[in-house]
Amino acid sequence: MSKLKLATVWLDGCSGCHMSFLDMDERLLTLAELVDVVYSPIVDTKEFPHEVDIALVEGAVASVDDEKKIRKIRAHTKTLVAMGDCAVAGNVPSMRNPIGPQAILNRAYIENTSAQPQIPCLVVPRLLPIVRPIHEFVKVDVFLPGCPPSADTFYAALTALVTGAPLDIPALTRFGA
Amino acid sequence: MSEAVEVKTLIIDDREVSGRRGQTILEVARENDIQIPTLCHLDGLSEVGACRLCLVEIKGNSKLLPACVATISEGMEVSTHTERLQKHRRTILELLFAERNHICSVCVANGNCELQALGQSQGLTHVRLPYRNPDLHVDASHERFTVDHNRCILCTRCVRVCAEIEGAHVWDVMGRGINSLVITDLNDPWGDSSCTRCGKCVQVCPTGALFDKSKVGTEHPKHPDFLPYLNMMREAQ
Amino acid sequence: MNIEELEQIAESVRAENARFDHEINICMGTGCLSQHSNLVKDALTEQVAAQGKSAMVRRTGCMGLCAAGPLVLVDPEETLYQHVHPHNAAAVIASLGNEPVKELQCNLRDHFDQQVHIVLENSGHIDPERIDDYIAHDGYRALVKALTEMTPNDVIQQIVESGLRGRGGGGYPTGLKWGTVAKAGGDLKYVICNGDEGDPGAFMDRSVLESDPQRVLEGMAIAAYAVGASKGFVYVRAEYPLAVARLSACLRDARRRGLLGNNICNTPFNFEVEIRLGAGAFVCGEETALIASIEGRRGTPKPRPPYPAVSGLWGKPTLINNVETFANIAPILRNGGKWFAGIGSERSKGTKVFALTGKIKNTGLVEVPMGIKLREIIEVIGGGVPDGHTFKAVQTGGPSGGCIPAEMLDIGVSYDALLTIGSIMGSGGMIVMDDTSCMVNVARFFIEFCMTESCGKCIPCRAGTAQMYTLLTRICEGTATMDDLSLLEDLCSTVKEASLCGLGQTAPNPVLSTLKYFRNEYMEHIEHKRCPAGVCNMKAHVEALA
Repeated sequence: MSKLKLATVWLDGCSGCHMSFLDMDERLLTLAELVDVVYSPIVDTKEFPHEVDIALVEGAVASVDDEKKIRKIRAHTKTLVAMGDCAVAGNVPSMRNPIGPQAILNRAYIENTSAQPQIPCLVVPRLLPIVRPIHEFVKVDVFLPGCPPSADTFYAALTALVTGAPLDIPALTRFGA
Repeated sequence: MSEAVEVKTLIIDDREVSGRRGQTILEVARENDIQIPTLCHLDGLSEVGACRLCLVEIKGNSKLLPACVATISEGMEVSTHTERLQKHRRTILELLFAERNHICSVCVANGNCELQALGQSQGLTHVRLPYRNPDLHVDASHERFTVDHNRCILCTRCVRVCAEIEGAHVWDVMGRGINSLVITDLNDPWGDSSCTRCGKCVQVCPTGALFDKSKVGTEHPKHPDFLPYLNMMREAQ
Repeated sequence: MNIEELEQIAESVRAENARFDHEINICMGTGCLSQHSNLVKDALTEQVAAQGKSAMVRRTGCMGLCAAGPLVLVDPEETLYQHVHPHNAAAVIASLGNEPVKELQCNLRDHFDQQVHIVLENSGHIDPERIDDYIAHDGYRALVKALTEMTPNDVIQQIVESGLRGRGGGGYPTGLKWGTVAKAGGDLKYVICNGDEGDPGAFMDRSVLESDPQRVLEGMAIAAYAVGASKGFVYVRAEYPLAVARLSACLRDARRRGLLGNNICNTPFNFEVEIRLGAGAFVCGEETALIASIEGRRGTPKPRPPYPAVSGLWGKPTLINNVETFANIAPILRNGGKWFAGIGSERSKGTKVFALTGKIKNTGLVEVPMGIKLREIIEVIGGGVPDGHTFKAVQTGGPSGGCIPAEMLDIGVSYDALLTIGSIMGSGGMIVMDDTSCMVNVARFFIEFCMTESCGKCIPCRAGTAQMYTLLTRICEGTATMDDLSLLEDLCSTVKEASLCGLGQTAPNPVLSTLKYFRNEYMEHIEHKRCPAGVCNMKAHVEALA
């Protein structure tokens, strides 16, 4: 049996979910026997592959770039997993929603800058008015809440997804866990 | 036979149980280890029947009844966990999570929150509804406590404990519908209000909406279990 | 006060009226007053004097045909004039005894012939601020009869026999309710008249209170006698200043005539009534919220049981009925329960007052026997849809009701029939919509109403209606998906089944009924980003998304 193709993606999040993923430690070796990591911030692949079996997506959708990415990922992925509270519920990135993106940009690039305060308009992707969880843009197959989900949660969930065993997520994790 | 000892027999979730006349379905269920989720209910406070999580089905009645206020009757057949009820409970919890800015990961009550725990026990992994993201303020004017309206679920436990137990009635509700807010006095800053600084409201608050400033950034367990004891002592006096 | 004294008063009023050859009645209800019918009355009075005619000019309540106001009715000829302007006064007065003024005449025989007036029998015929006028039209006979000839139980028996059901919307059998309150123990009981009419497009209660307030008081007094209450409250919206003013005048007059107060009709029966003004909250029409409001607390509903009949105002047994329900009581006692039960349909007896509004020719107030076909109300009495448009739907029951499509118009109007097709009788608002109405937008309008009027106590109604509004807005803006539609349907079910009070439990009805009968319009919005009625502007939103 050929190994399943696993991708991990980092949208608007803190990378804590990826850190927690790496916290699986030696169990990563067990997982490596079952899956190939074909795309991830921790591997050097530039383009999202054409066919992916499982994609773990960290982070909320906050910019036009995030939105483009998540739609592309969905189009090329069999099982899309919202990994962590940002992807599942918006979490910390969504805390700017009540005040809007302009206030955030001003604070970051103008108010707190001493040299040449200006808001970047090139290269940096345009922010969406509202940060939203990924299921508001594309269909999500599995929701894995937690900030971040623990390494144990990752291991149990991934093992179940790979082997097709039943998966009881509320027994593993919760919002803010 | 006096009223106090009149016994009613009924069925809850296919189990034959009994209770005293005048007891609520919730009381009898809990006495028999049948768990019905609740949020606005708190032992020791009056009932408002507002959160609707404890709704149960009664055979022969097409309407769902709140177990916290509906009293038992002879031969009643109660179901507490049908698919229909579970579906409504999940939707109600989703409505609460989407209503204000509940960011569990940065909340003082993370790990000690009744809303969070209910979300997990009722099997909620995400909220299908669009988040409303209201712009709500935080009042830290009180020297000991803070109210963060972003985390308030309007269960009115603070209103009731302040009026019924402390006797101060500092808390009440302002506004209508989705714009309702709990307020101190006539919407004065908490620090300038007639608050007695007893802290009961903080202990009964099921979420991180009311919290003790000295506990910020740490886990904030709450202890609302003093209420029945307080009531008992009062009645004894 | 006894029957003979009432008869004396009636006789003197009749004698007074008989001195004139003509009676000129001018509608001074809110509708006609807004068209300056007070100036018309002044002009007519002036002209009677100037032309030396033998005519009395009388202010009256609503004549029903609000769209044609100001209305003037000349008796005994029964000539109805519409759109009367002060400068028409000379011609109208000059025509007395001759041919009527053709160009002002309102010839809507169909509109009036199909109606049966019980509640509105005096509307447009008596001066609402003259108690003697009411007495001359059989007023207070029922009360005197009840107090002097009947036991409280006899009175309840007549109401039970009549088959009268609550006219506020719920349709609970009135006799049964009275019986429960009568049986409840305790020496202190209350009677409350619910005049907190808040449905968009409904003005039945306002009209009754403005046109014939004594009738409501008489009904309340009879109810108080029947259930053993000695204190009553009329809870009326502050937005009805004219109704409040007339009601106050009417309370004063009734006290003077000894029809309110202590030892009414020389019996041990005491009854006093106070007016309480609502502060603009729709939910205060819900009886437990209304009670909280009278008690001076925040107007929010309470879970029932206990029902107000057992534990209501200040914890005492309380009878709450709607204005129109009380307005039916006096005629039932005068003519007997059997007479009332002979009117209407199998399980809905008597008549119902409806406020016809929207895309309909004869906007106004109509009173029809229960069981009449909706089609008859809309096409014959209402005169159909104006300006060459076609009928699309009629919304009954306000924000708690549903939209009824053209193919359902042949059902008879009754509590049960309306319920089976996803609407409710409600208090009597009837909003007619034509092909220029978008049904999704209509549903959104009603949900917006429920959202802003939710008291905020229970979660399903507070947050559920707000979410439904968001989803409906997405559909109207063309940004919704099929997932949004199924989410909307899920929310409808939870808000309907899990809300605390009737307001929340019925809030999804406008959405559910439009989804049932006009699903294609929803699909057009979602799948083709097109509003069939051309109401919703989607272009901007759809482009912003792309």
